[in-house]
Amino acid sequence: MNEEQLLKTPLHDLHLELGGKMVGFAGYHMPVQFPLGIMGEHKHTRSKAGLFDVSHMGQVTIHGANAALDFESLVPVDIFDLKPLTQRYALFTNDQGGIDDDLMVSNAGDHLFVVVNAACKDRDLEHMRSNLSDCNVKMLEDRALLALQGPAAASVMARIAPETSDMVFMDWRPLDINGIRCFAGRAGYTGEDGFEISIPADAADDFARKLLAEDEVEMIGLGARDSLRLEAGLCLYGHDLDSTTTPVEANLLWSMQKVRRADGERAGGFPGAEVIFNQLANGASRKRVGFDVVGRAPVREGAELQDGKGNKVGQITSGGFGPTLEAPVAMGYVSNEYSTIGTGLVALVRNREIKVNVAKMPMVEQRYHRG
Amino acid sequence: MSLKYTADHEWVKPEADDIVLVGITEHAQEMLGDIVFVELPEIDSSFNQGDDISVIESVKAASELKAPVSGSIVAINEALADEPATVNDDPTGAGWFCRIRLSDPSELDNLMDEAGYKAILT
Repeated sequence: MNEEQLLKTPLHDLHLELGGKMVGFAGYHMPVQFPLGIMGEHKHTRSKAGLFDVSHMGQVTIHGANAALDFESLVPVDIFDLKPLTQRYALFTNDQGGIDDDLMVSNAGDHLFVVVNAACKDRDLEHMRSNLSDCNVKMLEDRALLALQGPAAASVMARIAPETSDMVFMDWRPLDINGIRCFAGRAGYTGEDGFEISIPADAADDFARKLLAEDEVEMIGLGARDSLRLEAGLCLYGHDLDSTTTPVEANLLWSMQKVRRADGERAGGFPGAEVIFNQLANGASRKRVGFDVVGRAPVREGAELQDGKGNKVGQITSGGFGPTLEAPVAMGYVSNEYSTIGTGLVALVRNREIKVNVAKMPMVEQRYHRG
Repeated sequence: MSLKYTADHEWVKPEADDIVLVGITEHAQEMLGDIVFVELPEIDSSFNQGDDISVIESVKAASELKAPVSGSIVAINEALADEPATVNDDPTGAGWFCRIRLSDPSELDNLMDEAGYKAILT
């Protein structure tokens, strides 16, 4: 895709003004880093608060008399019992049990509010429109999405929007910020406490500048977003998850509530349920795990994993350097028999053998505010 | 002697006896971002101009250092193993990569001087 065809987020001018290094990402001009650098941005987010522009993601509203129940036909997740003004992680599955996207679903009271990945949003919109025929599915094109993440996020938000102070992890609600209608969820993609705030596009620049004027807040690019989520053990769609990985293989069973499982009250009814239930009962042949890497050389996406005798047993799907860990960090898929924590394997990097050990995820403790 | 430069953003500093010191430029370190690992060549190994001699890993990605001249490696900067960020902090000083004994000293004539290198950056 050439430069001119890339879309701009409502914060584009601000990114340029702040010295953002811009790259093409999912069809958008996005900042990969600012002058602070990926390492500095990562550490700043873990110690204070980072502001992320995630306006490239798809924001969708779903209205319908039975929207929650209808939506359950697309995800192996309990949406019907999702309490008003809370949100939940979900997966769009396909007929093979694979994952077509991962998303956040909020119960907005009289409708659902859904956030999907930028690279999948056109396909997701078509998928929802064609399968939720009794619902009105609308992509909100005129809103920005900002994330404020880090241990100081809550105190910064409390100064600007005091009504956020009693929210806990996975709460979601409409907010009035100086007369501007926003929605905020207390969640994120860094493993830290924080908020994701949907705001009208024409108010986003002012709001971002207001946040950046607070001492604790720095603008953060996609580079640090990736290293933060990797340390937190969170999946990146298109890398750690794709249309061939099932929720069982991806180790995302926690996102499938009992009520939707084989013996649940509303069992199945989502694409690929038979495949997924079969794997739940009999096990899958591979599993997503995290790795500690011995030494300093990063092990990156695509690196083959071997058992030490030259047999391929898996592959790295995300890897890099973890600035908080001050060590390389990686995740990938291995054959089930090698998925136990502590299992020693070998990753091939430029034909060299790098020792890795299956490790507990997340690598860096999640610090969500659960109240 | 003054530094010579390649279009791949490496610098070469001629020392005595056909030996040169090699590193990456300020511009290169800035483009790479935070460097977290450097894989250096083995001492006594030989390379032709343009061969990959080293791997530089930043937080973002891995990139190759190409041999700016042909020759054999006579020394490597061992300190980079524990402190790879030295390349960011002082790319033309303490962040040097290796010393190469030139096999064809005339290759130096093909490298750019500072004015020539600055011209390709603009």
